[in-house]
Amino acid sequence: MPVNATLTTYSDWTYGSAVAVYVLATGLYLCEMAFGRTEARDRELVTAGARIAGSGTSGTWTPGLVVQREWSRPERLGRMGVALTVLGLLLQAASLVLRGLATQRAPWGNMYEYGSLLTLAGVATWLVLVRKFPVRKLGGFVLIPVIILLFVGGTSLYTDAAPVQPALQSYWLVVHVSVISVSSGVLLVPGVASVLYLLKSNKRGRFAKLPDPDVLDRMAYRSTVFAFPLFTIGVICGAIWAEAAWGRFWGWDPKETAAFVSWVAYAAYLHARATAGWRGRRAAWINVVGFVVTVFNLFFINLVIAGLHSYAGVG
Amino acid sequence: MPSKTLVTGLASLRNTWRGLTAMRTALTLLFLLALGAMPGALLPQRSLNAGKVDEYIAANGWWGRLLDRLQFFDVYASVWFSAIYLLLFVSLVGCLLPRAWEYFKQMRAKPVLTPRNLARMPHHATGSTARVPDEVVAYAARRLKGWRRVTGEESGGVRTVSAERGFLREAGNLLFHFSLLGLLIAFALGKMFSYEGQVIVQTDGGEFCNAGVYNYDWFRPGLRVDGTQLTPLCVKVDDFTATYLPNGQAEGFRADIGYQSGTDLDSDTWRPYPLEVNSPLRIAGDRVYLLGHGYTPLFTVTFPNGEVRSGATQWRPVNPITLASEGATKFDPPHLTDGEQRRRGQLAITGLLAPTAVFRGELLDSAFPAANNPAVAVDVYRGDLGIDSGLGQSIFSIDQKMVADGRLAKVARQNLRVGEELRLDDGTVVRFDGVRDWVSLQISHDPTQGWVLLSSVLIVVGLGMSLTIKRRRVWMRAAPGADGRTVIEVGGLARTDQAGYGEEFTELSRDLLVSKEDS
Repeated sequence: MPVNATLTTYSDWTYGSAVAVYVLATGLYLCEMAFGRTEARDRELVTAGARIAGSGTSGTWTPGLVVQREWSRPERLGRMGVALTVLGLLLQAASLVLRGLATQRAPWGNMYEYGSLLTLAGVATWLVLVRKFPVRKLGGFVLIPVIILLFVGGTSLYTDAAPVQPALQSYWLVVHVSVISVSSGVLLVPGVASVLYLLKSNKRGRFAKLPDPDVLDRMAYRSTVFAFPLFTIGVICGAIWAEAAWGRFWGWDPKETAAFVSWVAYAAYLHARATAGWRGRRAAWINVVGFVVTVFNLFFINLVIAGLHSYAGVG
Repeated sequence: MPSKTLVTGLASLRNTWRGLTAMRTALTLLFLLALGAMPGALLPQRSLNAGKVDEYIAANGWWGRLLDRLQFFDVYASVWFSAIYLLLFVSLVGCLLPRAWEYFKQMRAKPVLTPRNLARMPHHATGSTARVPDEVVAYAARRLKGWRRVTGEESGGVRTVSAERGFLREAGNLLFHFSLLGLLIAFALGKMFSYEGQVIVQTDGGEFCNAGVYNYDWFRPGLRVDGTQLTPLCVKVDDFTATYLPNGQAEGFRADIGYQSGTDLDSDTWRPYPLEVNSPLRIAGDRVYLLGHGYTPLFTVTFPNGEVRSGATQWRPVNPITLASEGATKFDPPHLTDGEQRRRGQLAITGLLAPTAVFRGELLDSAFPAANNPAVAVDVYRGDLGIDSGLGQSIFSIDQKMVADGRLAKVARQNLRVGEELRLDDGTVVRFDGVRDWVSLQISHDPTQGWVLLSSVLIVVGLGMSLTIKRRRVWMRAAPGADGRTVIEVGGLARTDQAGYGEEFTELSRDLLVSKEDS
């Protein structure tokens, strides 16, 4: 199958632009973090807002009153950061779509493309969470790892656009790899949230600019609750594909083992979150373990350990 | 006193059971399971690659031997890994049975009575209306359709409603855990009754029949498989096609095979099937896979007495990209009945086969995996191959001990293109006639994998239910007020650790406080 060289070039350009835009956005987020207000003041505003939107104590129900107030300069920088993140996300998505069009296959057939899809999912999750939780200024913490991953992906892991080998020529490539990389990308966010939670809840006052630990905890939980079933589906799709491609649905290949381990870790996290005495820091630690195994699984297993999954275009 | 011993014994049993089924034990076991599975990803495993394990042990001395004794190279069959998951299994059962019973009781129970002070609930709203309490309650009953609810009366004409919803959350939770048990059981049964075997078949109509273990090159039986009950089926490979990209990356493999099973075996009917990677043949509960391919060099040997023998033994690829292959094609001298004489004249052609030959000086290498321009660089050995000793030996190599002992000697070394020949000192002529493809097939049998799939689908369904459905309660109290209006109080409580009830409650309480009849 011929590869469209023009589209490939455009794909590379949009990829590069996306990274550049993310760098700018990170700068803006960091400015907001550095010059913005501390969390204590934020909390007052949030609770005040809740009182307006909540149930009134008077006889009749009053709809919430929205007060338009002036954005401070750091806040404006943060909002610009979000706008740029959206732009970067669109550019990155365009780069993947162009690659898919150029090669006439699902654009996640090697480590470079896989990493791009995964970070795309991470950034999208982040944008969804920003709408629900007052955590905008943390954008830098999410984007910096994304930029590093994209940089490594675009340089040392870069793979020329090409068709994939026979073992990957299956519609399960579309299903399994997309579900796995999207769920793994989403799972990066609760990992970061739990790390920040541990920082914040450990030494109160020392990380004044981080959001409330409760917010971080809920953010970690809700994104895990979204990603865990997705990850489960991804693993099951992988097993179905393995049955067709390798002759068995489960064979303790290193990648399968690591997926099993992170699945168990996230299951433990969800259980701990619902068990008295394990909520809070202990649960957060378990989530961090899951995060570490996920990252280990994404990169170390593919790049270092030889197994059936190591055809990521780096051999 | 025996009775006292019995009581103490029972008490300690009960405590052990309680400890085992406690959530923190389950969490610890889950953690241990994750930790215990990890070495399997980091260390080579016998079940995947026995050769690598031997290399690792040899390279790491006492440390490797210690790991071996602690079963770190067979993690998933080890005593300690089995112990962890068996304990977890027991813990799971011990946790689930009471929960299922509890759930059964709860399903039949009525929603709890309206608490006295609704203002203490996490969600709370009040209002007043011109409707009388009975109307308010009747409206609430309509609005809370789909909720399990019960109405009550308190003194002073006060009416109450208690409602609860989201029972399917626990049902999903139980479904998830029971499916997990089902999956573990199906998986374990699969390990008992499954088998898989691999075999190399020549693509010029070579046949393979699943008649017994001896037909396989490699066979892994389940614990309860003795090899006498293999599914009867036969496979015949008629042709093989491989396509490659210009850079040598494989683009597609296809083996055109015929197969027979069931009554086709008696009538000797072959049914065609294009066997491809990702597209196994599924017959009679077994699966046939195309795993790999390689080349068989074809040699013709003309012995000094004029007799001709041809050899076609598969060689194995040593470079997965260019398919440069090595092997040994072995010949017995014809018409020599005397063992001693025969063992002096056995021949072995060994060396390197390049499907697309490039020569760097005299050195042969392969440039491309397709058989565009095959050539071999052969070493011909003559003497005693050692195959009469009764010991098995690799079909891909000669016994180097025989060479070291001087019983097998190298008599020629030459590069041969297709059609070229070499002449040995005794007049024997070896001709290279070209190459033929071979394919490596795997036959797999796993009677329980359908159950594993069903369990995993139910796992996802249960997981989705238990994570998305919220168990929540709402109470309402409608009391006649002093000014003739009715005071309505609504309280809400999410029973599970789930944010998001607030929005639903806000909407619900607004409807309950201000019905359409008010406006």
